[in-house]
Amino acid sequence: MSERLLLAKFGHEDDLLASCKELRRHDYKIVDAFTPYAVHGLDRAMGLEPSRLTWVCFLCGMIGAIGMLIFEYWVGAISWPVDVGGKPWNSLPSNVPVAFETAVLLAGFGSVFALFGVSRLYPGKAVRPEFDRVTDDRFILVLAETDARFDPAEVKHLLRPFNLLELEERVVSAGGVPS
Amino acid sequence: MANTMTQRVPTSSSVPNPDALATLRPPLIAGDKQPADVTHDICAPFERGPTALWWVAFAVSFTTLVIGAIAVTYQIATGIGTWGLNRTVGWAFDITNFVFWVGIGHAGTLISAVLFLFRQKWRTSVNRSAEAMTLFAVMCAGLFPIIHMGRPWLAFWMMPYPNTRGPLWVNFKSPLLWDVFAISTYLLISAVFWYVGLVPDLATIRDRSPAGWRRRLASIFSLGWNGSARTWHRYETVYMLLAGLATPLVFSVHTIVSMDFATAVIPGWHTTIFPPYFVAGAIFSGLAMVLTLMLIARKVMQLEDYITLRHVEAMCKLMLSMGCIVGLAYGTEFFVAAYSGNPYEQFVFLNRAGGPFRWAYWTMVTCNVIIPQLLWLRGVRRNIALVFAISIVVNIGMWFERFVIIVTSLHRDFLPSSWADYSPTIIEVATLLGSFGLFFSCFLLFCRFIPVIAMAEVKGVLKSPHHAHEHESVKGDAA
Repeated sequence: MSERLLLAKFGHEDDLLASCKELRRHDYKIVDAFTPYAVHGLDRAMGLEPSRLTWVCFLCGMIGAIGMLIFEYWVGAISWPVDVGGKPWNSLPSNVPVAFETAVLLAGFGSVFALFGVSRLYPGKAVRPEFDRVTDDRFILVLAETDARFDPAEVKHLLRPFNLLELEERVVSAGGVPS
Repeated sequence: MANTMTQRVPTSSSVPNPDALATLRPPLIAGDKQPADVTHDICAPFERGPTALWWVAFAVSFTTLVIGAIAVTYQIATGIGTWGLNRTVGWAFDITNFVFWVGIGHAGTLISAVLFLFRQKWRTSVNRSAEAMTLFAVMCAGLFPIIHMGRPWLAFWMMPYPNTRGPLWVNFKSPLLWDVFAISTYLLISAVFWYVGLVPDLATIRDRSPAGWRRRLASIFSLGWNGSARTWHRYETVYMLLAGLATPLVFSVHTIVSMDFATAVIPGWHTTIFPPYFVAGAIFSGLAMVLTLMLIARKVMQLEDYITLRHVEAMCKLMLSMGCIVGLAYGTEFFVAAYSGNPYEQFVFLNRAGGPFRWAYWTMVTCNVIIPQLLWLRGVRRNIALVFAISIVVNIGMWFERFVIIVTSLHRDFLPSSWADYSPTIIEVATLLGSFGLFFSCFLLFCRFIPVIAMAEVKGVLKSPHHAHEHESVKGDAA
């Protein structure tokens, strides 16, 4: 199965944002957008849900903190209790700093690796789809030509006020969404 | 291409009533740049061959690094009896250098994480190199405790791992062990933060480099980045999370470093003011180092349009405020000693200001408190040569601060019969020089191979006032 995609290219983020809103108003399905930098407000314009990676971060941090507290308790009070200056073996305050550091470490690495996993980023991955100058100064909006009603001419007409640079059709095989 | 940009017709989406103040503020990036200009300007220095000046700087740094490496090899082979330490002054040069370098790193995280959370947009021009500075400074810092062990090949004993000695675990109640965890977490999180910020720029390098080793390396490390808005959306979330994690982390690191001292019962160390005092001092010294490096980089790599006087001024103001906090801490220490009624505490502080190390103490006060007051003057903050000189002075002053805290508190302890003097040996000085060599060698290599300015972030703040977006004026453009 193959899917037809329409690529609209712009030279400025304002044009991308405005056309994104305009197209969504006309019920067009926006597959994705490709930009050289994080365009603020594009997530809302595209209707993207807030990322759930914050939960990964929270979970990893909790595992780090609680795991380390338990480990420190086990080391200091059970496995080999050592009397240091008469301090209690299971002293909670003295266990907090290391538990905090471990929480930060796991939360940080957890969220970054989750980002790489969810976004399928890995070393040596081929760039798909490839667009000219998208990491430089081009802004590209990708539309799915989902049904027979889809009319590229109308899209062109809709986007004309937004300094559209180029409109290109691509046929993507199997899977559809460029990844 | 820049022409098509300037001829662009503003669309109906442009905010009808743009932020009136935005037009009054000078733009963050001078020279009316377009995104393509940013790519070109930032990539140009490392796409050209290295300049003669770079080679000279690298040769000097690398030679210093080699001198340091020889000194370290000698002291490890012979033993740390090659240092000027004695039974009274058991910590001196080495730990001074450790605290100095950890402190340097803190400004990098302040700029990359704390200012990110406060939406200070000017950070985008300096955050990449400030983070690199953090990384290299923490690397240098980590070397000193490892050298201090005398048997650095046993450094892994600091980690809790099952072993055949019991297993005998590390002591989780000791601040020295907290330090191990704090510094290594700090190094790892800083590295990850730096790398995550680098991925989109590596993709830019990949896409503009001709086939060759640069393109191959960039495509491996850019992880197939394609600029998808969905990825950017998650990326922004993770970047925010990392900034949120790095902020308490950076405060915890120097807090824990200060506890190495504050939990000891040495008068002059045993004070509750240490954590905030150390954190402010760390950021102060780090900002001075950022300024030193930035002012050189902007000149040598022709980045005057990106690191403008506005950036320099902002950093000067931050440095001044940190310097005032540090000055307040110096005063508070004396007040608390006088007010405590503890004769040992009072003696230590009188000895600091009037004893055999008074030259170090007054160097510290002059460099950290008196000279930075010049930064109140706008004319001084906008004078690059003066700012550069002040940044060097603060670097020196902050090194002396750590020396003063460590050595003057130790050298005259409770028993006058055990009072001792301390002076560093040539080996210790060579080790300090070597750490500067390592730091500058790493930084110069970074300037050669990696974009020193975060292109993807700078492009995002290029917008001139008439492009300002509604939601940004609502939030209040703090920059």
